[in-house]
Amino acid sequence: MGRIPRQYLLRRLRIFILTIWASATLIWIIPRLAPGDPISAMVGQMSQAGGYVEGSEEIIEGFRARFGLDQPLPIQYLRYLLNLITLDFGYSIASFPTPVSQIIGQALPWTFGLLVLAMTITFLLGNALGALMIWTHTPHLIKVLIPLGMVFTSIPSILSGLFLLYIFAFILNWFPVQGAYALGIIPGLNLPFILSVIQHGTLPALAVILVNFGYWALGMRGMMITVQGEDYVQLARAKGLNPLYVLYRYMIRNAILPQITAFAITLGTLVSGQVLVEYIFGYQGMGKIIYDAILARDFAVIQGASFIVICMTAGAVMVVDLTYPLVDPRISHGGE
Amino acid sequence: MTRESRTPVLEVRDLRIYYETPKGDVHAVDGISFVLYQGETLGLVGESGCGKSTAAMGILQLITPPGRIVSGQVLMDGVDLLKLDERTLRQMRWSRLALVPQGAMNSLNPTMRVHQQIEDVIRQHQTKTKTFDRSQLKPRILELLSWVGLPERVYDMYPHELSGGMKQRVCIAMAVALHPGVIIADESTSALDVVVQRVVAQTLLRVKADLGVSMIMIGHDMGLMAQMVDRIVVMYAGRIVEIATVEHAFRNPAHPYSQVLIDSVPTISERKPLKITEGITHDPRNPPHGCIFQLRCPFVMERCRREAPQRREIRPGQEVACHLYEQQPDGSYRDVRDTA
Repeated sequence: MGRIPRQYLLRRLRIFILTIWASATLIWIIPRLAPGDPISAMVGQMSQAGGYVEGSEEIIEGFRARFGLDQPLPIQYLRYLLNLITLDFGYSIASFPTPVSQIIGQALPWTFGLLVLAMTITFLLGNALGALMIWTHTPHLIKVLIPLGMVFTSIPSILSGLFLLYIFAFILNWFPVQGAYALGIIPGLNLPFILSVIQHGTLPALAVILVNFGYWALGMRGMMITVQGEDYVQLARAKGLNPLYVLYRYMIRNAILPQITAFAITLGTLVSGQVLVEYIFGYQGMGKIIYDAILARDFAVIQGASFIVICMTAGAVMVVDLTYPLVDPRISHGGE
Repeated sequence: MTRESRTPVLEVRDLRIYYETPKGDVHAVDGISFVLYQGETLGLVGESGCGKSTAAMGILQLITPPGRIVSGQVLMDGVDLLKLDERTLRQMRWSRLALVPQGAMNSLNPTMRVHQQIEDVIRQHQTKTKTFDRSQLKPRILELLSWVGLPERVYDMYPHELSGGMKQRVCIAMAVALHPGVIIADESTSALDVVVQRVVAQTLLRVKADLGVSMIMIGHDMGLMAQMVDRIVVMYAGRIVEIATVEHAFRNPAHPYSQVLIDSVPTISERKPLKITEGITHDPRNPPHGCIFQLRCPFVMERCRREAPQRREIRPGQEVACHLYEQQPDGSYRDVRDTA
């Protein structure tokens, strides 16, 4: 525990970089295995839509040179890697000439703000409820209500999202229907903007929480059953300790350990995981741009977004690996 | 110790603990009664599943569903523990009645340091007259640790950094932290190797002698029992079949079950086949009418199937529940096999 040994840190960083390199190579290879290339596909679509395209050969050649597709594959690959390091994912094909990094850069903070907050609330709420399902001192009414609340878990997020929109935005008119903040407000650190962001974020966050908390609650419930039977919990009761103290210090503290690992992985994938929620609420996050990119066959954006998802997953797992000894004293980074 | 001078500290009266199963209640503890006297060590023995640990948990009120205490009394200084409310019971726990748990492996919270786990019980039970602040707590805990023969560095360690024997000694230190009147040691030495077993057992005895506490020792190591306890309670299938001083229990056990149990202790001079070859044979949900041991008893009689034997004192310091012993007109007891 305590300080992370330098050697371990270096080894862990090496694994992190290797993971990212390997997956970056994969997302580069996979599209190239498909027959044809994006440019001819695009021009092919154009000609399908509008009949004969004048000078299509020149357009294809021009685009090829513009995107570097006329170079041999090894050169393309090296350039691709170099560009990745500078976070240059090229230009969006659908909304040329906006750089992909700019599209992602605009969307990422919104997704991050909304989903990190929503997932954290989900995690805390789910685990607390899961623990209460097992605790012997939980009031009876709560023990009945929690499983009832789980009904939401079996409803897909599209439906619960629509349901929330209909009730709270359309009928009750408490929350706005669309967007991340109201039009006409200047983004910045001012009160109207912050309030507007909270107001717009509430419903999407609620949709995420409702759908996901049951997953954590059930996992926690299972862990609590295991921990409840442990000798140290029985001894804690024999010691005459305050039941609430036994609940959090002896039971939850031990039951939550595997949940923390699972949470880190969820945080990594959440960027792509809530595509539908963002779409329904017209929220301008990563989910929305991934959705639009898929519809528009915008390979550059898909590639860039995938890369970001990979980086975040690998990063989250690394952070958990590095900090896990802080939550579980039995795990250590090995001797220095 | 003369029998007249003995004062009871804990008395169990007709305790019944059942476990609910879909096919009916399992009678884990079926009406046991015994007395623990001041300063004495009482051994509770019997094969696995005979209900000895359940009985201990019942005394400590730690039975959780599907188990339940059906009836009975657990008296400590005239107060029935089974009738106490949650709050009073919590105050009484550990300060009066402490547990050295079964299995040293998992009895300590893996995410708390040793001193935190001793500290929390001291803090929980501090009263207005007996308060500890931080500066007093540490020397107190170090004193407890050295008392059970542990080095000071254990104070800051986590349970996984300790060996099984060290963990068990931490548990002993924890048990005596509040000077309880009664300690229940539930298989405290099983799962340890023989050398560590003796060390732990000696620690337990020494601490007990220093503090003058009474102890209930649960186990199945008859050799260890012979060395450590004053009286032995033999349980079979949830009932007590014999209570005897350790001399009687080992020299002339009266109940047929006690006899096979003592006989099964291996000796180096004589290699003999094991007499106990099977576990409890009847369905614990539906114990046989009459004597509980009738299905396995080599001396079973017609009467054993009709009525359950009452426990009677057949000689000073030996009580047995068996029809083999009949009261004579002069008040003494005689083995019916002697005339047959």
